Amino acid sequence: MGAPHLLVHNRKDNVGVVVVEGLKAGTQMLCVITDDNSDFMLEAKQDVPIGHKIALRDLSPGDTVIKYGEDIGRIVERVGKGEHVHVHNLKTKRW
Amino acid sequence: MNLSQRKIWGYRRENGRVGVRNYVAILPLDDISNAACEAVASHIQGTIALPHAYGRLQFGEDLDLHFRVMIGTGSNPNVAACIVIGIEEHWTMKVVEGIAKTGKPVAGFWIEGSGDIATVAAASRKAKEFVHLTSGILRTECPLADVWVAAKCGESDTTTGLASCPTVGNMYDKLIPLGLYGCFGETSELTGAEHLAAARAATPEIGEKFMKVFSAYQAEVIEAHKTSDLSDSQPTKGNIAGGLTTIEEKALGNLEKIGKTTRFIDVLKPAEAPDNGPGLYFMDTSSAAAECCTLQAAAGYVVHIFPTGQGNVIGNPIMPVIKVSGNPRTVRTMSEHIDLDVSGIVRREMVLDEAGDKLIAMIERTANGRLTSAEALGHREFVMTKLYRSA
Repeated sequence: MGAPHLLVHNRKDNVGVVVVEGLKAGTQMLCVITDDNSDFMLEAKQDVPIGHKIALRDLSPGDTVIKYGEDIGRIVERVGKGEHVHVHNLKTKRW
Repeated sequence: MNLSQRKIWGYRRENGRVGVRNYVAILPLDDISNAACEAVASHIQGTIALPHAYGRLQFGEDLDLHFRVMIGTGSNPNVAACIVIGIEEHWTMKVVEGIAKTGKPVAGFWIEGSGDIATVAAASRKAKEFVHLTSGILRTECPLADVWVAAKCGESDTTTGLASCPTVGNMYDKLIPLGLYGCFGETSELTGAEHLAAARAATPEIGEKFMKVFSAYQAEVIEAHKTSDLSDSQPTKGNIAGGLTTIEEKALGNLEKIGKTTRFIDVLKPAEAPDNGPGLYFMDTSSAAAECCTLQAAAGYVVHIFPTGQGNVIGNPIMPVIKVSGNPRTVRTMSEHIDLDVSGIVRREMVLDEAGDKLIAMIERTANGRLTSAEALGHREFVMTKLYRSA
């Protein structure tokens, strides 16, 4: 297996983290779930910087984003599978 | 070699604690004594001044914290001997007497009545005597677990939670069972993971003690002072550039530092020295890097592990700070700041167990005398935490 493009902490997660620099839209990403070392493929729909998140499925306003198997906030703008998830569409449920 | 038999070369102090550096510290009691301390340190080689911003007209819990940091810093085993200079005798001698309990050489000088020049002259003579007394102390073989190791992360990004923080956790899971004292803090940056942190306390009572501290911070600091959206500060702009979106996400990555099996055995006030035996401690601290490191050093920790994603450059004057990064871009663009590159984890070239072993090896080398990147680059951030406005 080559170096992955996207790492996912937990099987319950609906986002993963880009771990390569210069990821381009259209890339068929090798995605690895670090908890159990299983892998799958997913197409990146946008250019996304290293360290930023990509949705593993379509997400709608009000949906909870799961990472580490835990709640990290709520979706405020629709996100398609393979698209960038960040401050423009995900907000904290705290302060 | 079995980890329990591993040794480092350290300085065994009068009170039995192990230091990994051998400083003669010139410690100002207060802000207005910084100039005298810096004059002594520039005059007498082998000494280090620790200038800071506070120490006048503090009262109550804030004053207690000031004295804990002053006495704790002078008492740290990385300090072989200490000169304290203050504006007046009483508070100066309170710090001197506190440090003297360790058995190390310590002396106090005060400026009122004689002025800076005479004070600097007298303190310089004593500092020179301390340099001669301590600079020839030989390192001795000490068990690795006698080195107290604190941790705090900064300029975090998503790689922090994937690689560098889990590396620290792996180290704690291996060394805490051998009798190591560990420490994590950052009360605000556990927001969103506080339930998971509380569940990692050794007993339900300790978990409750943690939640009490966490809730008090939320009520007294965040609720009392927040503006419309703390997201402007937490996560930081650097965190957001690195891909972290919410405080919950940041906190979950942060908590990876305490490993998978380790449980914390007590909750410490800021700069409070642990006294419940070996194990991992939670300390109520700010999440600002220099403040947190200063508090942990004042509690007696002698080595610090600092996982960073986007590249925090923090150092501490008396405690070596080891930087660990798992971000391939940061280890390339800021290589002079990174002591341990664990970016192999995100490429799946390195497993966590291997990264933890490399970190333990780096702790040993640092304890033996290897200068960290922050030390080599002259980072000496000594920053006091202030609880409220002075009288």
